Amino acid sequence: MLSLVTFLPLVGALVIFFAVKESAKLARYLALGTSLLTFLVSLQILNGFDSASAAFQFMEEAAWLPAYGITYRMGVDGISLPFVLLTALLTPICILASWESIQTQVKGYMVAFLALESFVIGVFCALDFILFYILWEAMLIPMFLLIGIWGGKNRVYAAYKFFLYTLGGSVLMLIAILVMGFKGGTFSIPALMGIPFSFGLQVWLFIGLFSSFAVKVPMWPVHTWLPDAHVEAPTAGSVILAGILLKMGAYGFLRFSLPILPDASRFFIPFIFGLSLVAIVYTALVALMQKDLKKLIAYSSVSHMGFVTIGLFAFNQQGIEGGILQMVNHGVVSGGLFLLVGVIYDRMHTREIARFGGVAHRMPVYAVIFMVFTMASVGLPGTNGFIGEFLILLGAYLANKGVAVVAATGLVLGAAYMLWMFKKVLFGVVRSDEVAALQDMSMREIVLFIPLLVLVLWIGFYPAPFLKMMHASVEQLLIQANTIKAGSAAIAMF
Amino acid sequence: MSKYLLIVLAPLFGSMIAGFFGRLLGNRLASLVTIAGMSVSALLAIITFFEIAVGNGDPVRQEVWSWIVSGEFRVSFGLLIDRLTAVMLIVVSGISTLIHIYSMGYMAEDPDQPRFFSYLSLFTFAMLMLVTGDSFLQLFFGWEGVGLASYLLIGFWFKKESACNAAIKAFLVNRVGDFGFALGIFTIYQVFHTLDYATVFRMAGTGQYPQTVDFLFWGPVHTMTLICLLLFIGAMGKSAQFILHTWLPDAMEGPTPVSALIHAATMVTAGVFMVCRASPLFELSETALTVVTVIGAITAFFAATVGLVQNDIKRVIAYSTCSQLGYMFFAAGVSAYSAAIFHLMTHAFFKALLFLSAGAVIHSMHHEQDMRKMGGLRKKIPITYTVMMIGTLALTGFPFLAGFYSKDAILEAAYAAHSTAGTFAWTLGMIGAVLTTFYSFRLIFMTFHGRPADHHSYDHAHESPWVMLGPLMVLAVGALFAGMLGESMTHLGWFKSAIFLAPGHDAMEHAHHVSAWVKWSPFLMFLIGLGMAWLLYVRMPELPGIIAGHYRATHRFLLNAWYFDRLYDRLFVQPAKLIGEGLWLTGDAKIVDGCVNGVANLCQRWAEQLRSLQTGYVYHYAFAMLIGVLVLMSLYT
Repeated sequence: MLSLVTFLPLVGALVIFFAVKESAKLARYLALGTSLLTFLVSLQILNGFDSASAAFQFMEEAAWLPAYGITYRMGVDGISLPFVLLTALLTPICILASWESIQTQVKGYMVAFLALESFVIGVFCALDFILFYILWEAMLIPMFLLIGIWGGKNRVYAAYKFFLYTLGGSVLMLIAILVMGFKGGTFSIPALMGIPFSFGLQVWLFIGLFSSFAVKVPMWPVHTWLPDAHVEAPTAGSVILAGILLKMGAYGFLRFSLPILPDASRFFIPFIFGLSLVAIVYTALVALMQKDLKKLIAYSSVSHMGFVTIGLFAFNQQGIEGGILQMVNHGVVSGGLFLLVGVIYDRMHTREIARFGGVAHRMPVYAVIFMVFTMASVGLPGTNGFIGEFLILLGAYLANKGVAVVAATGLVLGAAYMLWMFKKVLFGVVRSDEVAALQDMSMREIVLFIPLLVLVLWIGFYPAPFLKMMHASVEQLLIQANTIKAGSAAIAMF
Repeated sequence: MSKYLLIVLAPLFGSMIAGFFGRLLGNRLASLVTIAGMSVSALLAIITFFEIAVGNGDPVRQEVWSWIVSGEFRVSFGLLIDRLTAVMLIVVSGISTLIHIYSMGYMAEDPDQPRFFSYLSLFTFAMLMLVTGDSFLQLFFGWEGVGLASYLLIGFWFKKESACNAAIKAFLVNRVGDFGFALGIFTIYQVFHTLDYATVFRMAGTGQYPQTVDFLFWGPVHTMTLICLLLFIGAMGKSAQFILHTWLPDAMEGPTPVSALIHAATMVTAGVFMVCRASPLFELSETALTVVTVIGAITAFFAATVGLVQNDIKRVIAYSTCSQLGYMFFAAGVSAYSAAIFHLMTHAFFKALLFLSAGAVIHSMHHEQDMRKMGGLRKKIPITYTVMMIGTLALTGFPFLAGFYSKDAILEAAYAAHSTAGTFAWTLGMIGAVLTTFYSFRLIFMTFHGRPADHHSYDHAHESPWVMLGPLMVLAVGALFAGMLGESMTHLGWFKSAIFLAPGHDAMEHAHHVSAWVKWSPFLMFLIGLGMAWLLYVRMPELPGIIAGHYRATHRFLLNAWYFDRLYDRLFVQPAKLIGEGLWLTGDAKIVDGCVNGVANLCQRWAEQLRSLQTGYVYHYAFAMLIGVLVLMSLYT
């Protein structure tokens, strides 16, 4: 089942690559069909998922490189399943969003997109460290191509910056993985969760993993690749980047750092809190001054991900569940916001905030949808953003009041830059002919937003089923994260 | 669906229908749908009021559905309807219905009516969620929900730059308050492990909670004081109290029915409601009660002084609202919660009346709001004049009208509290009473008396249509009789379990027995204020100008509302922009990217240098090999 959901998109990509000659239309329909099928398979997994169990489910194992202890091992639990679903949901939306805006090398684009989906789902399902690492790196290639080929003016610089930043972090992660595997005698992730490493070794391993995860999240100060990547990426690339790729870093903390290296994770709490708080306040202030719509949302992503990392390292149920939920929320909301930017960019070919103004007069439907996502981003009760932020802040408050107080200022600042942006873009009088000539959203465009809007309100009013999916796994994670592994029998560095 | 749930949801249905299908339905039908929803809600609210408040029904508690569950943390959407809620239901649903009807006339020429009515009903839904909630989180849901509706409605005419800015300001200042409110909720959860009213209040009453908690660098602090002060920060934002009041006058950019409903009768009173609802907590902290009293008293005085010199008819009423909210807060602060709610109720009637009458004046003057351009209107619009006069008399405490009962109850309670803060509040409240009468009659005299200042608009002035005058008359009846009918509310125990009083907090009880001069001195204040207003604006209309010229600095100080806007701009807005720009252009672009690009450049330079080693000359390589061999030999010998 998991192999199916992982490799179905890749098969689709291969089919398009070999079978489709010229027809852009055929490539589009094949890609959409594949991604929808993948989504259906992911729903089937959700259907069979037992949320009462904390164990990995849908396990698959096959010998791969037994000489090195490397196995093909897949499985999902309540922590990874939400991300599999999110990826499977966002990909068809992205493909539909690229329907008209991508006109050059459509075939290559669709192939890259499906390959990306395949690798990302694989990352969330992999339970073998080497398999994880390979997919983690493989995913960089299609993303690099998406930005580098279908991006904006400065795309090459942005693509390289993205690639080198993330690759730089990955090198240290690879070393950490190899050390962990050889010292622990296995690359199996569930097995490693039970293996005690000494405190000193844990600290080094944590730093190794951290350097890769922190870039992906991205945490301050290694966030500067994100605004550039977003600005240059095509709309759908931004959606996937914000919606899924950023989640991989935080997922890494949850899947590896907390359960495998609990002592080091606890040791680094103040450090993570510090960086996250700087991220929240710093990037919110920076977002306040942005002139480019996409850059503003990119900076807001950094700020929101700061909340997530605080939640994860609060080490309590509310914080971690809030963190996971907020990752899903952020995927939905920032995905929606980037799509909205894309809608207007397709019409006006600019993202400069000052060039808009009065758009609501010409595009009332657009304005309403924009308002909903803005409010979700601001964390208004009744939207998904509230549930996530509230649980995170509650968890943080129980863990460390000062952290919660500083983080909560993000609520004020977040409202400031979002409302300011909303006003500049949608309100006011129509000043330019370009705005006066705008057409409201087409049916295809509206359809794109419906699943996201449903999620915004559903999670906002009835988050129980989403949280229930995570309960058991998070409870178990907390037990693991609170055990002291670094005893006398622990495996030391030398 | 129970009828209680329908009270809350009927406006939401109306709002959704008008919002989604407004274009199909057209202006008339869309507004009628929302009015229908409101009428259902109001009718059921009245029935509920008779059951619970007039009859002797028990409080209703219903769980509707489970909202958030995470570990031990669980919150539900639920309904709690006791006497406190029943009063609020009448006020919110009743006045909202009247204002919906009024808006049909007031907004008749606006092309965006479905959107307007949809927002207005959405607001009512959120406000009803706020007052019917059975937990602090549902209170917060409504609390922020009304904030959203307020933002949308202030910015309803979004073509106007000033309206958009006012909307953002309202949202942000409220967010600052909500920041404190949220921290208060977190502390409640930390202390009581639940956000459910019933459990929290029960545990607070029996003292089953840690008496101190650590808070930041203050170390251990009194638990209740911390919780209540944090909650009160939220109330200060929502109810526009001193320090966080700056958004309310600007909110007048919204259409006038909005000012009447949201920024006078209902939303801004949410803070007062919250303090009363949380009386089992506030009663346990003398410090918090003192702070509430002092802030309320300062607001009552401060806003009244600013109201003296405003020339925009709506701004006068806005500052008046701010001031009256201050009265309600200091009433709550001296444990006279019932007086606070009583005044909340009467104020809702006469202030909505005043705003809507002002709207009728503005409507008749073709959207002129500057009182200096009015004058003599009483002959042109006699009905509006009459109802506005009733509202003014009710506000200023003319005997046997609404304000006479409720404001006097507050002042008597403050006097009877016999505490320093109570006496402070009483003193400022008495001065405020003079000022209130003065600015209220200044408004009446400038608008309706004297000679018309602008003959063109005077000649075109006309009485408003019946769809507007009807609601005004209903409200006028309320302003006349709400005080008389509602006075029993202030008797001990009327609110039953909804309001808790700690032993010894008996200001309200003593208030009924204060000496006659205390009871009648507010009326004296009324006479003084009226006399001064008459002197300055009827007898000698040239005098105000002379005084303003003589005390220019003071006049400017008041006209600019004590310069709070300028202060906040310099203190917060400008620095935030500067820091943001600095962090972006220096922090991100120069330092972080500088390092990143620097590392890249460094790699490139090293690569260049390494490349220069590979010269291709055999003797270079041979030389290098020789050195290598020598080094290895010397190491391993």
